[in-house]
Amino acid sequence: MRARFVGSKVAGSLATLLFVLVVNFFLFRVVSDDPTAKLFRGRNLSPEQIQRKRQQFNLDGSKTEQFFAYLTQTLKGNLGDSFLSNRPVTTEIREALWPTIMLVGVSTILSMLIGIVFGIYAGWRRRSAFDVGSTTFSMFTYSVPDFWLGMILLAFLSVKLGWFPTGGFEDAGSTKSGLAALLDQLHHMFLPALTLTLAYIGEYMIVMRSSLLDTINEDYLQLARAKGLRDADVRRHHAVPNALLPVISLSALNFGYILSGAIAVEAIYSWPGIGQATIEAIRGPDFPMLQATFLLLSVSVIVANLLVDLLYGYLDPRVDGR
Amino acid sequence: MSVISATSVAYSPKRFKRQRRKQAFREFLTRFRNDRLAVAGLVVLLAFTVMALIAPWISPKGGLSAVESIDNPLWAKPSGDYPLGTDHLGRSVAAQFVWGSRVSLFVGLAATVLTVAIGSLVGISAGFLGKWTDAILMRFTDWFLVIPFLPLAIVLAAVLDRSVWNIVLVIGVTSWPGTARLIRAQVLTVKQRLYVDRARALGASRSHVIRRHILPNVAPLILANVTLAVPISILTETTLSFLGLGDPNKVSWGKTLEEAYNAGAITREAWWYYLPAGLGIVAVVLAFTLFGRALEEILDPRLREQGR
Repeated sequence: MRARFVGSKVAGSLATLLFVLVVNFFLFRVVSDDPTAKLFRGRNLSPEQIQRKRQQFNLDGSKTEQFFAYLTQTLKGNLGDSFLSNRPVTTEIREALWPTIMLVGVSTILSMLIGIVFGIYAGWRRRSAFDVGSTTFSMFTYSVPDFWLGMILLAFLSVKLGWFPTGGFEDAGSTKSGLAALLDQLHHMFLPALTLTLAYIGEYMIVMRSSLLDTINEDYLQLARAKGLRDADVRRHHAVPNALLPVISLSALNFGYILSGAIAVEAIYSWPGIGQATIEAIRGPDFPMLQATFLLLSVSVIVANLLVDLLYGYLDPRVDGR
Repeated sequence: MSVISATSVAYSPKRFKRQRRKQAFREFLTRFRNDRLAVAGLVVLLAFTVMALIAPWISPKGGLSAVESIDNPLWAKPSGDYPLGTDHLGRSVAAQFVWGSRVSLFVGLAATVLTVAIGSLVGISAGFLGKWTDAILMRFTDWFLVIPFLPLAIVLAAVLDRSVWNIVLVIGVTSWPGTARLIRAQVLTVKQRLYVDRARALGASRSHVIRRHILPNVAPLILANVTLAVPISILTETTLSFLGLGDPNKVSWGKTLEEAYNAGAITREAWWYYLPAGLGIVAVVLAFTLFGRALEEILDPRLREQGR
């Protein structure tokens, strides 16, 4: 890959990040008429304390000064204190990070793999029973709000059948360690991960299917068939590798969807991740926390986009202009 | 496309145009009627729309009030008196379902109108004006596309007051970029057509070209986009309401789900409380998707040829 290609992609991501910061600044400090109320509401501060907070967050300068102060504070990692717990927001976020990485990571990988495999079989045998069935399935999962799917799975598999715990990260007061603790966590994660996986298989499936359909009449496939290759070989070695490219380029977008879907699904299963933290911040309302979760979710999607762009440039040399 | 018969040459231009439109519409109807799923979708949509419109007559608004429901049994199973049972406050779930459809459908449609309006404005300006306008607008669109849309909608809704109109505003402001890109692409292709060059050479103004040539050719795409954007708006409204960001004084399907979940309907196995609203959402979203896809397939010639 050329350095210029990498450089332009990195610069683009940084510009998007700056845009997110501007949005954050606008929403919480310009749109709201009284930023102190938005930033420190619900904490019964004395006038002196408010004065000190205003100074700490530079709320008295001009908007430009305020923006640069906000920028430096944020880049230093100072996102303020949570209204609800009074602890620094960054500490709260750090604790909620791992559960979400686990949940979203597992769901992304599973839905991607299953979606791609389903998409390949559906596209390769177009209009077969499998194709019709899986296309219908993805239409349905597209129409179902993911948290409602979570509610139904919870009601059936957990409350009715008792196979899985109703929520949480591990058994209450668990003293397990090592493998036993991990198994316990996986047991708790099963339903939220199943919900997210079911909800997003369709996204990958549809893209894989239509991308495969686009390649199916290409000359190189005709040639492969003319050479007398077995059907499975044509599919595996000639059709799929090329058809995978659009799936890869859309996977960053899908990652954003799954991350967003995780917010409400985490709420259903009281999964103590970023989603749960977002909900608690909405209920508070805990604006510093809300700002921080939005920033974190945006940064992860921006990074995912950058990685996918670079990967794409590596896999398909045409895009970096060589 | 059928050949226009020789006799039509004698028509005045206006009459000729009307004739051609009629013919195109008839062709559209025949194609649409052949798509059974799309017709089914349309029927479902009409049924829900009628239910939403006649809500005051089929379900008295008092059924939604916890005060007026004070003598009702709590958590009652569906029965003759309460077709969908009652909730934790004794309110009729059926009444919530009927009235909830109003807000869900209204927000879905209004937010889509706003989304498509912003998207079309940006898309047409970028595509038609080109140069630096295009560069700036598309940069802006790309930023919005990358930022995850639901978290952005959440922070926006959290900062604003809780009301139905603000939900419409939030969805509109966050979900236009996809539409803008689609429409820009279409404008770019239309702009290169010969008839646009011809109009320009004859001295047509910019606004004339946009009104008479660009808009009519982009309009079908905008229409198809509307029907495909409604499901997204409805699902977003549902999620935002479920997260507690909806109007506290209005029942919507998403709010019913929020209340059912918070009241513990799942552990109580009160399926009649959380199933209807969810099924309503699935039915409406599915119906809009089927209808919109058929529309898109008929109106977008590129899809028609592929025959998928």
